Amino acid sequence: MDPHLALQLIIQGILLGGIYGLIALGLSLIFGVMGVINFAHGQMMVMAMYVSYWLFILLSLDPYLSLVGAAAAVFVLGYLIQATVVNRILDYPEAMQVLPLVAMGLILENMALLFWGPDHRSPQTALSLQTLWVGPVMIDVSRLIAFVLAIAITILIFIFLKKTNIGKCIRAAADNRTGAILVGIDVDRIYNTSFALGAATTGAAGVLLLPLMPLSPHMGHDFTLTAFIVVILGGMGNLIGALVGGLILGLAESVATLFLPATLKQVVSFSLLVVIMLFRPQGLFGGKK
Amino acid sequence: MLRVEGIDVYYGDLQALREVSLEVNRGEVVAVIGSNGAGKSTLLRTVSGILRPRRGQIMFNAANISQARTSRIVEQGISHVPEGRQIFPTMTVLENLEMGAQFPRTQKVQQETLAQVYAIFPRLKERRSQKAGTLSGGEQQMLAMGRGLMARPALMMLDEPSLGLAPLLVSKIFEIIQHIHRQGTAILLIEQNVFHSLKIADRGYVLENGQIVLSGSGRQLLENPHIRKTYLGL
Repeated sequence: MDPHLALQLIIQGILLGGIYGLIALGLSLIFGVMGVINFAHGQMMVMAMYVSYWLFILLSLDPYLSLVGAAAAVFVLGYLIQATVVNRILDYPEAMQVLPLVAMGLILENMALLFWGPDHRSPQTALSLQTLWVGPVMIDVSRLIAFVLAIAITILIFIFLKKTNIGKCIRAAADNRTGAILVGIDVDRIYNTSFALGAATTGAAGVLLLPLMPLSPHMGHDFTLTAFIVVILGGMGNLIGALVGGLILGLAESVATLFLPATLKQVVSFSLLVVIMLFRPQGLFGGKK
Repeated sequence: MLRVEGIDVYYGDLQALREVSLEVNRGEVVAVIGSNGAGKSTLLRTVSGILRPRRGQIMFNAANISQARTSRIVEQGISHVPEGRQIFPTMTVLENLEMGAQFPRTQKVQQETLAQVYAIFPRLKERRSQKAGTLSGGEQQMLAMGRGLMARPALMMLDEPSLGLAPLLVSKIFEIIQHIHRQGTAILLIEQNVFHSLKIADRGYVLENGQIVLSGSGRQLLENPHIRKTYLGL
């Protein structure tokens, strides 16, 4: 085995893992607060990618500049989905909560198909082909930026939840819904905000991915699945777990290409899922039910 | 101050309260006693706006709050310290208390109120940076009451504050309730500890099968033969 290649793959895996972590953070946040699994998560991410892609094509706005705008668009989308659909299904059994959200994913996916067509698109942004050599290891600049921004956004979300009043209300509602209602928190509104924040997080992650892989309407559900695996890996509803789980999955998928063809990378993530379910069903960091 | 007028409350088709009326005046301690399932918690949950009365109305300071949102009801000065405490276990004691002050009116005086709460519950001050879930049952009850006080209520409703506590702590909690009352907060107390609660109550109501069957001053009720037999086992 070529040690340089291995090092290369490890670094690439970690960099990609940071973005996985960010996608999963949104999913974990939504689960942690409302106990709902957002099966439209990847599709929401794709929506943000198309918004960013549009701004790039129409206004030549670099994705890194449109990141906030695209995330804001998905924030609004998430807020509306929570207010109109998810708030109605919170008290139903889990199996019934799955359907409306899967449906939402299908609707978003087909809307993307309708608006932007089935083609794969790879916007050539200013940095998309730039690379950096560190000794024998080649690093894509856009991949490095994506990783750094993903970690920065993750830290911002942690600070938001720890320090701001809305953040504390989100944690309170996640901890004890009855208690939150009784101190006078408008829990429905906090739920809307939480779902929107989770959506915006995955939206931001999507924009970071834009220079790294071709965009198509059908890529969403792969990412829903990836995020789901990461969340189970780290512990359902555990935000640190989401980040670490993302890094682990990114690393595993990347290093596995040493032994397996790249098209089989999902074998790795599913095997990881099976192993975790067997030996540590509560996730690496423990989660909430 | 609080006037509940003939409310009927249902869980689905099941009627939990029938034409319940009661009143809490400024500066009073009012106890509602009754056995498990009599509808005591239902009554408080309806006043808080978590449940809605199908008939009748709830007036607070001349405003009809029977259809108001819980956040509005809390803002107007009713704090509900619920059964089972319902604190936020992964947040610190201080954060739990901060969550009690949700509105501009209470946030403006938050530091002052916090100092008062710490004066009543020194234990909470000692434990302020500790996660609430690590507190003992008695401390969690104090935290729930402290969180309720952070809303600077005119009326504090307490649901089974002594449930599951050691006898010494029970007396302590009742002392604290009286202390809060002396500082000018009216109290609506729901208890299975009939003796203790009627002793500190100005007035009391007896709830059986969703209906008020008896009411009177705390002393009258303590001497009532039905209560002595059914609730005190004398």
